[in-house]
Amino acid sequence: MLGKIAWKNILYKPLNSALCIGLLLFGVGIISLLLLIQHHLEQKFEQDFQDIDLVIGAKGSPLQLVLSSIYHLDTPTGNIKLAEARSFMEHPLVEEATPLAYGDSYRSYRILGTTSDYLKKYDAQLAQGRGFTKSMEVSIGAEVAEKIGLQLGDKFEGNHGELPHGQAHEHHPYTVVGILERTNTVVDRLILTDLESVWQVHVDHTANQPSIDPVQATELDFGRAFNNKRSEQAITADSMEVTAVLLKLKTKQAALDMPPLVNGQTNMQAVLPAFEVNRFFYLLGVGVTTIKLITGGIMLMAGFSMFFVLYSRLRDRRYELALMRTVGYRPRQLFGLLVLEGLFLAGLGYALGWILSRVGISLIRQQAQNDFDLHFDASWVQGEGWLLLITFLIGVLSALLPAWQAMRMDVSAILSES
Amino acid sequence: MVQTSDLSYQYPAIKQMEFPDLQVEAGHGLLIHGESGCGKTTLLHLLAGLRKPTTGSVSIGGEQVSELSSPKLDQYRGHHIGIIHQRPYFIESLSILDNLLLSPYSAGKNKAIAVANRLNIRDVLNRYPNQLSMGQKQRATIARSVMNGPRVILADEPTSALDNKNCSYVIDLLLEEAVVNDAALIIVSHDDRLRSEIANQIDLSTTIN
Repeated sequence: MLGKIAWKNILYKPLNSALCIGLLLFGVGIISLLLLIQHHLEQKFEQDFQDIDLVIGAKGSPLQLVLSSIYHLDTPTGNIKLAEARSFMEHPLVEEATPLAYGDSYRSYRILGTTSDYLKKYDAQLAQGRGFTKSMEVSIGAEVAEKIGLQLGDKFEGNHGELPHGQAHEHHPYTVVGILERTNTVVDRLILTDLESVWQVHVDHTANQPSIDPVQATELDFGRAFNNKRSEQAITADSMEVTAVLLKLKTKQAALDMPPLVNGQTNMQAVLPAFEVNRFFYLLGVGVTTIKLITGGIMLMAGFSMFFVLYSRLRDRRYELALMRTVGYRPRQLFGLLVLEGLFLAGLGYALGWILSRVGISLIRQQAQNDFDLHFDASWVQGEGWLLLITFLIGVLSALLPAWQAMRMDVSAILSES
Repeated sequence: MVQTSDLSYQYPAIKQMEFPDLQVEAGHGLLIHGESGCGKTTLLHLLAGLRKPTTGSVSIGGEQVSELSSPKLDQYRGHHIGIIHQRPYFIESLSILDNLLLSPYSAGKNKAIAVANRLNIRDVLNRYPNQLSMGQKQRATIARSVMNGPRVILADEPTSALDNKNCSYVIDLLLEEAVVNDAALIIVSHDDRLRSEIANQIDLSTTIN
């Protein structure tokens, strides 16, 4: 019966209850949304982080190098000579080296020149066709096939940079020879070909390019760095450049030994992706923590408003509570009634906040999928259990003083007032 | 049977109230009347165990109620005492039926319907207190007071807000319920109209020390 009374009391004063719940659901909604986004981001980064101990690339921002070469989320730091990188690719401490060359795209999907090792790294299987074996052949990721509708045998020309309206590499059509199964990794969003194709396209393109505004080129064509200072039409050993090399090392110690060799003796940089990703999440975490603190403040305000509502209603309800004592309820049961009301308000606030976070996720789902290949779902994520606990704690704490007053009330004096 | 002996109560900074000994048999009624402030409600609250007497004892059905510990007293009150307040209090958020079933010791829905039928409020059981007339509310509080099959029904100014017709009607109902439930009925009131309704009376204005 106590539960029924508590529940009915909440419904009986909907405006008061809505005030308490409103603030709480807002706080819970935002924190829950942040937890959800953080969870999926971390999950996504983990999925794409396949056996890559070290990344070698042009000097610049280490985080940019990791984001561009592993997650394909940022522009590259520049290009490096394959010949220079090769000494590290063949280093005794290296178990596997995967070169990457890119700079072009097709309808916003990156064209990545690499070796078949890249597909093995992500355990990418062919759904249709075969792997690329000759120049200008491509295997495309599942999402690329699905979104663009490319099929086996289709031909297309790549554009400079990632923008859909970048300058096209005319007369160099790629041919789709394979479509990969979905891997839920970055591979799904890539168009994969061999290194020679990328080199060939850019050598010829540069030769045919009379003049480019350097400012425009910087904005539109991050791959132009690949072609700087090159005017030859043939691929030479000297002109073979790659954007990055992904290394899998034989020992963990090697991850500490190799970066000084690269960073100190060459124009390249070697970056530990694990370190950079952790740093990225740390930086992200600072922002997230700030937002969490602000919303935590909102939840605290919700707790205070709940307290004021319960406390102010106590005076109006004193006859009801006195009545309950006269029909046999004990003081501690009245205490329990008020705490129960606090818990119900908190529970409602949490439930509605949770729904709000899922509505929020559904609103950004499409954008996140298009821009970052993030697949959000409405499942319960780690941290939401703590949020539930904290919300209930706020409910209980805000009800404690009113509940204590209810327990200590002088029933006879209240009934004598009338 | 309700019996009191040497009952007194001391409010802070006020002269101690000493009450006459009472004795009411099951199925019978007693009217305690007197001027405002003479201690009627205090006596009723002593009988209900809502206040602890400074001296003396209250016995209901042979049980020394005034000697019970606070938790036992709450339990005893819920089990064996029915109280009708001066104002018809309800839990406003609950229906009349839920209000009848409010006590943890209430006999249940079947009895609620039976009592409601007897008191002619069957058709308002699913309504809320603010949807009832004063007469219906008064009958509903009487119904609630007998839901636990009490040994004593205590009524505090049950007719103060009622007209003459309803006043007689409510007193008849209370007496009837006392008989049906084999309970002692004690009414405190300064309503002179009740003097002609109940034979067994005490004027507290003249008897209190």
